[in-house]
Amino acid sequence: MSEKKVLVEVKDLKKYFKVGRNAILKAVDGIDFKIYKGETLGLVGESGCGKTTCGKTVMGLYPATSGEIIFDGIKVNELKGKEKKAFTRKAQIIFQDPYSSLDPRMTVGDIIGEGIDIHGLYTGQQRTEKIYELLQTIGLTSEHANRFPHEFSGGQRQRIGIARALAIEPEFIVCDEPISALDVSIQAQIINLLIRLQKERGLTYLFIAHDLSMVKHISDRVGVMYLGKMVEMAPSYELYTNPKHPYTEALMSAIPIPDPEEERKKKRIEIEGEIPSPINPKPGCRFASRCRYATEKCTQETPQLKEVSPEHFVACHCIK
Amino acid sequence: MVENSKIVYAEDDFEVVGTAGLDAEKISKPSITFWSDVWRRFRSNKLSMLGLIILILVVLMVIFGPVISGKDYQYIDYSIANTRPNGTYWFGTDEMGRDIFTRVCYGGRISIIIGIACTVVSFVIGSALGGIAGYLGGKTDDFIMRVIEVISSIPYLVLVVILSFVMGRSMFSLVFAMTITAWTGTARMVRGQVMQLKGQDFVSAATALGSSPARIIIKHLLPNTLGIIIVNLTLSIPSFIFSESFLSYIGLGVQPPETSWGALASLYQTRLMFDPYQLFFPCLMIVLTVLSFHLIGDGLTDALDPKLRK
Repeated sequence: MSEKKVLVEVKDLKKYFKVGRNAILKAVDGIDFKIYKGETLGLVGESGCGKTTCGKTVMGLYPATSGEIIFDGIKVNELKGKEKKAFTRKAQIIFQDPYSSLDPRMTVGDIIGEGIDIHGLYTGQQRTEKIYELLQTIGLTSEHANRFPHEFSGGQRQRIGIARALAIEPEFIVCDEPISALDVSIQAQIINLLIRLQKERGLTYLFIAHDLSMVKHISDRVGVMYLGKMVEMAPSYELYTNPKHPYTEALMSAIPIPDPEEERKKKRIEIEGEIPSPINPKPGCRFASRCRYATEKCTQETPQLKEVSPEHFVACHCIK
Repeated sequence: MVENSKIVYAEDDFEVVGTAGLDAEKISKPSITFWSDVWRRFRSNKLSMLGLIILILVVLMVIFGPVISGKDYQYIDYSIANTRPNGTYWFGTDEMGRDIFTRVCYGGRISIIIGIACTVVSFVIGSALGGIAGYLGGKTDDFIMRVIEVISSIPYLVLVVILSFVMGRSMFSLVFAMTITAWTGTARMVRGQVMQLKGQDFVSAATALGSSPARIIIKHLLPNTLGIIIVNLTLSIPSFIFSESFLSYIGLGVQPPETSWGALASLYQTRLMFDPYQLFFPCLMIVLTVLSFHLIGDGLTDALDPKLRK
């Protein structure tokens, strides 16, 4: 474990949005995590818990309210100009919606070549060859380079988005729900592509999703978010077999089992009520209002992440 | 009803077909660029095509008319004053014996040039400022929008009268006076479009790739607003031609010996009682040009709207 090199380190990251005169939406409220080189960190949680905001803030698409993002030893959230541009060569993002993420007026070749042009990596014949090579990597052919995005299906468009991110040969890719807009057979296609690329090029992923079984499949470690907070983080296998936090427990019990007999026997832990609003949240544990084990302490004191077993962190007062 | 339970499948009933012969990635539709698709839809609109044909004819007449008629638009000959349209003087002559056909052609050049010049100026300024306001947002946006509000709250005619006193009545001052207020509409429109596009993921993707704001505006935002800009361009040329005609008609526009359609209409309306044909021809040209631009603009609106794509 100790020989692993930390590539990305996020320290007490906060991202607040002002939504009204006195209302502050705390989308990401103080999270810490590390991503080691060559691994995949999964990030799960229900809609609106701040997963995407977290990913985009790490990429610098949103300025962080406070906290630090350290990439390869450099603090990146306050970079400007040339240094910022240098960072964009090393870190890339794949977006959720394959329809709005490609410019409808550009050819696929130009979309993929955009990063190459911005960083001036290749020109002329070399650029064309590189684009053809990327198209082949994602399973398209060179004749697709002159086509426009509207001529492609959702899965193909998502792969074009991946090729665009790969074009400048980054070390780290934030995958912001890259599969949630696609149907299941295409999801497998994309996931297998991502896994293959990781093996070939030693990429590091921050994989954001809400499909738990998919996250388990691709991730080395998984973090569970709830309302802007990290509630549990553990190696993938450990988290899925031995969830500690009541919220994670409930999430894991919701994963369907592909066996009708087993599925019928399975007991689902139901969570009562709705997710509270992230606007001006109450103090204490964010999950307290819906938690089965909630005590007096939970509504007053915010629990911190504690290491309960090696590499397994939980933020809950009930876990000792 | 078929009783499914009675059908028994043996293993031999199935064979592996494989996917070797199938090409799932193949796109059978021929490649169509955005503009060829627009042209295809525009062409199918008969009224717009009629507009385009009228416009081409008007432009050809304005350019080559004086050469064909072989007359000078300033040549005065009182012996032939107020001749009705005939074989030699197609549109007749005016009270100083000048050939109206040639004068209409010359006037048309000025009118159309002013229409295009005003449109270009107001769109360059409007797109640039609207683009900046929409893209940067925040205080810059507030500042530009307040300036726009102030400018557009000054009555247009007052501004034109003041400017024509200050700068004299040249073509340049006319273009200046007409564009000083007109760019605000373009700026508002472009700003709205840019704000809408800015939230799209492909702009975030460009930012993540390290693009500069200038590159994002030039490469992504402007091409995507171009459709709407073009429709507005075609609709604003006739409105400028109209304003120029109106200003010339009330005497604030083009000054003699230069002439324009509006100036001609103003000059010839004095003879309306006796020689109505003199007023008829410049007015006809204004109407035809304005109508053709409107028909084209209408067709382009439909052709450029992706929701109507079939």
